[in-house]
Amino acid sequence: MIVETHNLTKRYGKVVAVEGLHLALEAGEVYGLLGPNGSGKTTTILMLLGLTEPSEGTARVLGLDPARQPLSLKRQVGYLPDSVGFYNDLTAWENLTYTARLNGLPRREAEGRIQEVLERMGLAEVAQRPVGTFSRGMRQRLGLAEVLLKRPKLAILDEPTLGLDPEAAHEFLGLIQGLKAEGITVMLSSHLLHQVQAICDRVGLFHKGRLVLEGRVPELAQQVLGGAYRIHLEAHPAESLRPALQALPGVARVEQVGTELRLEATQDIRPQVAQAVLAAGGELRSLRLEQPSLDEVYTRYFQEVRHAA
Amino acid sequence: MRREGSPWVGLWAVFFKEMADHLSSARMRLFEVLIFLSALGAVYSSTQTLRQTVGEDPFLLLKVFTAGQDPLPSFVAFLSFFLPLAAIALAFDAVNGEYARHTLSRVLSQPIYRDALLIGKFLAALATLGLVLLALFLLVVGLSLIFLGVPPGGEEVGRALLFLLATLAYTGVWLGVALLFSVLFRNAATSALAAIAVWLFFALFWGIIAQLLAQAVVPYNPFDPESEYRQAQALVAFSRFSPNTLYAEALQALLNPGVRSLGPVLFSQLEGAILGTPLSLGQSLLLAWPQFTALIAITLLLFALAYVLFQRQEVRA
Repeated sequence: MIVETHNLTKRYGKVVAVEGLHLALEAGEVYGLLGPNGSGKTTTILMLLGLTEPSEGTARVLGLDPARQPLSLKRQVGYLPDSVGFYNDLTAWENLTYTARLNGLPRREAEGRIQEVLERMGLAEVAQRPVGTFSRGMRQRLGLAEVLLKRPKLAILDEPTLGLDPEAAHEFLGLIQGLKAEGITVMLSSHLLHQVQAICDRVGLFHKGRLVLEGRVPELAQQVLGGAYRIHLEAHPAESLRPALQALPGVARVEQVGTELRLEATQDIRPQVAQAVLAAGGELRSLRLEQPSLDEVYTRYFQEVRHAA
Repeated sequence: MRREGSPWVGLWAVFFKEMADHLSSARMRLFEVLIFLSALGAVYSSTQTLRQTVGEDPFLLLKVFTAGQDPLPSFVAFLSFFLPLAAIALAFDAVNGEYARHTLSRVLSQPIYRDALLIGKFLAALATLGLVLLALFLLVVGLSLIFLGVPPGGEEVGRALLFLLATLAYTGVWLGVALLFSVLFRNAATSALAAIAVWLFFALFWGIIAQLLAQAVVPYNPFDPESEYRQAQALVAFSRFSPNTLYAEALQALLNPGVRSLGPVLFSQLEGAILGTPLSLGQSLLLAWPQFTALIAITLLLFALAYVLFQRQEVRA
């Protein structure tokens, strides 16, 4: 286990930021800590790094106790904070040199590594420019360069795509996937569920300090949405086709959304749907399968929680 | 359980980075101009008054520090005014500036303790001010050599160096104040204003308050002549709560070999003393010792307070 927490809890006065957290990360996986702002993601990360002390419970990161062995832990764990900041008057190179010194890297080796990570993040051209002139995307890449400078075993990235335009965000997610290919375990947090779902092996959904759902994205969809497969079809006449579709085996429910019909099914039953439409004398205009998104899983889950309450 | 490793890891990295920042900052350019102007002013004003008495005074160099001519303050008066402000200017945004730039969590996620960051920042600011002070001091000594043409004696040099140390300790106090406020207030402007307010309080108002306190605690009784003496003693005691007083007294003892006591002296105590004879360096140092240690103690106290508060602070802004 790379990260293991047991009943991890953090309270600020009466406010509970994180409650009873059990996490376990395997080596080499990309884990997404997802949830809205203020749901306890950053607090969890700070506790894992030993930057804030838990009120209760224990954490083990790379087998080390963050509160008692922070130095050897932080030597092996790279951290990219949300809204990462650099010293604006210093150049990218100087900023990284400072980090290398704080890590106690010998000068010769530090220079080699800095050159390497800057090139890898596509910042070698601007290495001698003050960071004050950098765009948000460049700062974020510099932050990742700093994480790589340590050659970490675990990289913790807090809201890595926040404030990036869609293209830059996509590019950045690609860079994060590159870490996985290198064998670095990645833990990232985000409230933009749809952006990160593609690169996470497993996700944990946070709500008000609690980890409410955990697993692989398709599994979660299966669990929460009832059917993991969602089929959209445009057919005529929509109204009269509904009962026929409802009767198909494996269909959880049928909804009409605008001119479209939406089916939730436990399997990919597109051929059966097409047959049913034709058999009922309908006109089939389009038929497509939608991958369920985490956003939906999340929204639906909380709808159900609210209904239950 | 003890935490692993040494609190000093990374200290020198922080120290050198902060010092480089200070030395290349716009604040430093301002200091350089001020240093040059004040050294010239101090030497000019003191040599004007000293030219006539050259050869009569055995401690000419020390006189260069303390003598002023009316519109211009003496070198020492200038220092006691300039250094607190310079210290505040260097440290008022030491910690809250890291929050404002969002760099604190990034720096603290490196394998160092918070101790190293705070101590490194403090030492870097102190070293920078020490450098400024040394430059100023050497300029004044050099210029006075040129203007007066009298080389200083060994004892004079010793006293001048001790004066430098005392000044550094005094600077440390104000550095501690500014550092403490930079931990306490999240807004850099607030912390600068608070530090300046404390400085103004001691520079302008503490004298008056000490007087009022002394009068309240030991009222003057016209039928008891001793009460006047006790009141004077109370006044000295109260005014010594101010670092400005401590510094002024330490300088008095160090730079003026004729001074044999700080505070009220009775005639009976002067019996048998040969007035006007200078004390030896060791005796003067002994006289200034309590003030000296008090200045260092205040610095340590302020730093410790800032340290404790910083350790308990959340990394998140």
